[in-house]
Amino acid sequence: MDFLKDISSHYNYAVTIFLMVAGLYIVMARGNMVKKLVGLAIFQTSVYLLFIEPGKIVGGTAPIIDPAYSVYSNPLPHVLILTAIVVGVATQALGLAIVVRINEAYGSIEEDEILQKDGEA
Amino acid sequence: MTAVLPQLPVLQVVIPLFGAVLAGFLRRGAPAFTVALVATWAAAAIACTMLWQVIAGGPISYAMGGWAPPWGIEYRVDLLSAFVLVLVSSVAAVLIPFARRSVTLELDEGREAWFYCMYLLCLTGLLGITATGDAFNAFVFLEISSLSTYVMIATGPDRRALLAAFQYLVMGTIGATFYVIGIGFLYLLTGSLNFVDIAGRLAAVGPDQFPAIVAALAFISVGVGLKLALFPLHAWLPNAYAYAPSFATTFLAASATKVAIYLLIRLYFSVFGYAVDYAALPISDVMIALSVAAMFVASTVAIFETNLKRMLAYSSVAQIGYITLGIGLANVAGLTGGLAHLFNHAIMKATLFAALGCVFFRVGSVSLGEIAGLGRRMPITMAAFTIAGLALIGVPGTAGFISKWYLALGALDDGSWLLVFLIVASSLVSVLYVGRVMEVIWFREPTSRACIAASDPPLSMLIPLVVLAAAVIYFGFDTRLTAGLSGDIARALIGDLR
Repeated sequence: MDFLKDISSHYNYAVTIFLMVAGLYIVMARGNMVKKLVGLAIFQTSVYLLFIEPGKIVGGTAPIIDPAYSVYSNPLPHVLILTAIVVGVATQALGLAIVVRINEAYGSIEEDEILQKDGEA
Repeated sequence: MTAVLPQLPVLQVVIPLFGAVLAGFLRRGAPAFTVALVATWAAAAIACTMLWQVIAGGPISYAMGGWAPPWGIEYRVDLLSAFVLVLVSSVAAVLIPFARRSVTLELDEGREAWFYCMYLLCLTGLLGITATGDAFNAFVFLEISSLSTYVMIATGPDRRALLAAFQYLVMGTIGATFYVIGIGFLYLLTGSLNFVDIAGRLAAVGPDQFPAIVAALAFISVGVGLKLALFPLHAWLPNAYAYAPSFATTFLAASATKVAIYLLIRLYFSVFGYAVDYAALPISDVMIALSVAAMFVASTVAIFETNLKRMLAYSSVAQIGYITLGIGLANVAGLTGGLAHLFNHAIMKATLFAALGCVFFRVGSVSLGEIAGLGRRMPITMAAFTIAGLALIGVPGTAGFISKWYLALGALDDGSWLLVFLIVASSLVSVLYVGRVMEVIWFREPTSRACIAASDPPLSMLIPLVVLAAAVIYFGFDTRLTAGLSGDIARALIGDLR
């Protein structure tokens, strides 16, 4: 029962772990390069959750120094993840740009077909 | 001048960053190259000044924006970071004149300025990782350097460069994300992102949280291991190095993996070292086993490779094995050897790849079959290649011997004759792949037309090559900067361990 209680009280971590593993699996299992990038995006998103979740306290406010507020949420994880999201967007943009170029050069974005074409050349 | 000195740690990073923006705006190859040249030389001058300052007066701490650490982002330059900063920026400074002719030949005219922009961004990222004392800041710089690296690789002349860049992008992003997961665990445990502060707070974390520390350690090891091409996480490296433009390969081989190794050393010794009793974890054994596997497997693959850039790329994986062996041994002599090899290998590989860049410039190929007898046509280039090749084997009188000597001493301190034997035996494997190239370039008659017409490249390429080759020999005799400084760093790092 303790195990179930742990799961139900920490279900947010279960979501994080599921997204992490699902993303990694897509990256490894799919030969289509756009799908690989989708997997990568899911994988990165799980890390955003990993940082953001512990920063939130139920009933917590922004850190305003005022006697009226005593419970604060930590704003730092949000700031960090804002940066990480920018990095993620840049990675996706660059990845897709390279996929476009690969499609121009090979006429395919399937990894096995591309490797086959290089084998012939 | 006195007003500038306290700002050096941030100028180290900001100058290449602004250079990158400027190079992008200039849009034309020649002015962008001038910007890259000036920014790189300035970075090298700053790094050397800081090394001198650190040796004289201890670590430099710089509070970014005036916010005191650990709340603000701290740039912290100690002996280890200064050593790596000098290595990266001075190798870049020697190499940059080489870029002009090589890049003009290998890239379309419209892309040259962007290439220099990407090169400077990559330099910014690498110097930033080394200078910063903030774990998340290091991640951002890691991604700055990686993203610009993917672009540089994708500009390679062959279409396979695109595929190599994509594969590296996927693997590199997984690596960086693993690193952030590890940092996330550390942040949850300690509430801090400053390396020094994390280390202090980790020591106070209770034993019931120990599994979380181990998980952080595991994520960071795999993540950074991907970036530094630790065997068997090296799959991205051979193609990336083989198909990137010559200058990009040369620069990356000398700097990118080295900076990742720096990050690993920083985290293992200066952060986790305070909290984790390494004797209780099998991490040292795993590191040594993977290193030895890298030394043999990658070297053996290199023997059968006919594309010389790929051959040297596999050799890089093997040589990284020697460096991580030093980390795995975790005693003073071993770590001294590892750090010295970090430095020496950067110079050796820069020489070798630069020589291949010259070959590609004259012959248009780096395949073993097409460079027969090139020693007679391009004597200076091939002499430099030979010197660095001998250093790769570890012949006495070259830089490679010094670091392998210390590694062997470290293995002896560890009480393992087997490791000493393996270090020597793996050097013999490198005799095979270096020797095979030597035989082809010196003892065969030139056959292909391009080869017969070839001659040594123009001075702007030849001088960096000769300087690097001279450095390979110089550091084989004068070991103050390599083994001497590495020894001081190793003693300080081992002293940090719990």
